[in-house]
Amino acid sequence: MTDLYPIIRSQEFFKEFSEEDVHEVAGCATNIVLHPGQYVFREGEPANHFYLVRHGKVSLELLLPGRGVVVVETIEEGEPLGWSWLIPPYRWHFAARCDTLLRAIALDGECLRNKCEANPKLGYHLMLRMAQMMESRLQASILRMLDVYGDKH
Amino acid sequence: MATSIELTQAARDPMIPVPYVVERFLRETNDTFSLELEPFDPTYELAFRPGQFNMLYVFGVGEVPISISGDATDTKRLVHTTREVGVVTRAMRNLKAGHTIGARGPFGTSWPMEEAKGHDVVLVAGGIGLAPLRPALYWILRNRDEYGKVVLLYGTRSPEDILYSKELAKWRSQFDLEVHITVDRATTEWRGNVGVVTKLVGRAPFDPTDTVAMVCGPEIMMRFAVEELTKRGVAEANIYVSMERNMKCGVGLCGHCQLRGEFVCKDGPVYRYDLIEPLFVEREL
Repeated sequence: MTDLYPIIRSQEFFKEFSEEDVHEVAGCATNIVLHPGQYVFREGEPANHFYLVRHGKVSLELLLPGRGVVVVETIEEGEPLGWSWLIPPYRWHFAARCDTLLRAIALDGECLRNKCEANPKLGYHLMLRMAQMMESRLQASILRMLDVYGDKH
Repeated sequence: MATSIELTQAARDPMIPVPYVVERFLRETNDTFSLELEPFDPTYELAFRPGQFNMLYVFGVGEVPISISGDATDTKRLVHTTREVGVVTRAMRNLKAGHTIGARGPFGTSWPMEEAKGHDVVLVAGGIGLAPLRPALYWILRNRDEYGKVVLLYGTRSPEDILYSKELAKWRSQFDLEVHITVDRATTEWRGNVGVVTKLVGRAPFDPTDTVAMVCGPEIMMRFAVEELTKRGVAEANIYVSMERNMKCGVGLCGHCQLRGEFVCKDGPVYRYDLIEPLFVEREL
């Protein structure tokens, strides 16, 4: 089995993690490659993984009845994808479709949760990083909800 | 009828509008349009600096401040892009080639084109905020060797709201300019980015320690853009923003656009961020 430690170590998301913690995380990791048009996951499916995009672009989609499929966000190289693996009932709220060839690290959600239970320091760092990602997405969502470009400027 | 000498003299008084003829009306998006104007007096020349604005006067209706969005080297033609948001801009929308409009200006401060020389330049535009930045981009492209990497980050509401789409497509195909566009919402037919423009800052290829950033858009967007730029390592003193307040006279007399000791029409609209930061969240007085 390929040691994914060096790849995970180089990811912005894990930049602040200790060497020991990154080794722990690497134990839950696999490498994936998907082709344009393939889905990383679909809405309603069990959320078993957390992804780090190494190359390519993914569209997060939501089906709006009567309006069709809407893209709510695009995720690109260096960005994390998915937090539903962390929060019960562990189901995806969106679908993630590859716009391009996708190379990513897939981290097993259950494996990560178990490691966090066993190692609270790792758990704290991972939760802190996830919280930062959520805060950034929340801010972005608020900006979009305000529809600022509709104003006079 | 006024002679051209009288018109030129009138132009020297900042309170008297210079008559311009509408040469072309261009529909940009569903609710934005551009007016290409030429002076009524063919000898009249208007010199402006990127980032400045004019007060445009629709005779019998009223006057509004609109940024100049054309090429600063073209002193015979004025270009203004605006959105229909009120009585005056709605009247402007109905102007056709051959109609007359008044313009006072140019007013205000400009983008730091000299200060940016020798550095990477990042332009962050939101919505119609691309219009006041376009003259800066024209300027850079005309003097391309004098600047480092140049990146335009542009965010808007939807693919249908993208301004200057043909020009953007042309700029995107150039090797000496990086253009990244994102929209707030899209269908699956849109192949580009979806998300807020501030998110592009983190991914953009520039050296944050040697970058001058120019930011224009809704103020809330500018706040978040500045935050992302500083997070990337761009010094606040190298970030410039264009403020918009209730400009009326254009020369700092009437006080409509006053923010504490600042008159945005005269001391702005372009400010260095570290100098305006305390006023950045100031409510209108």
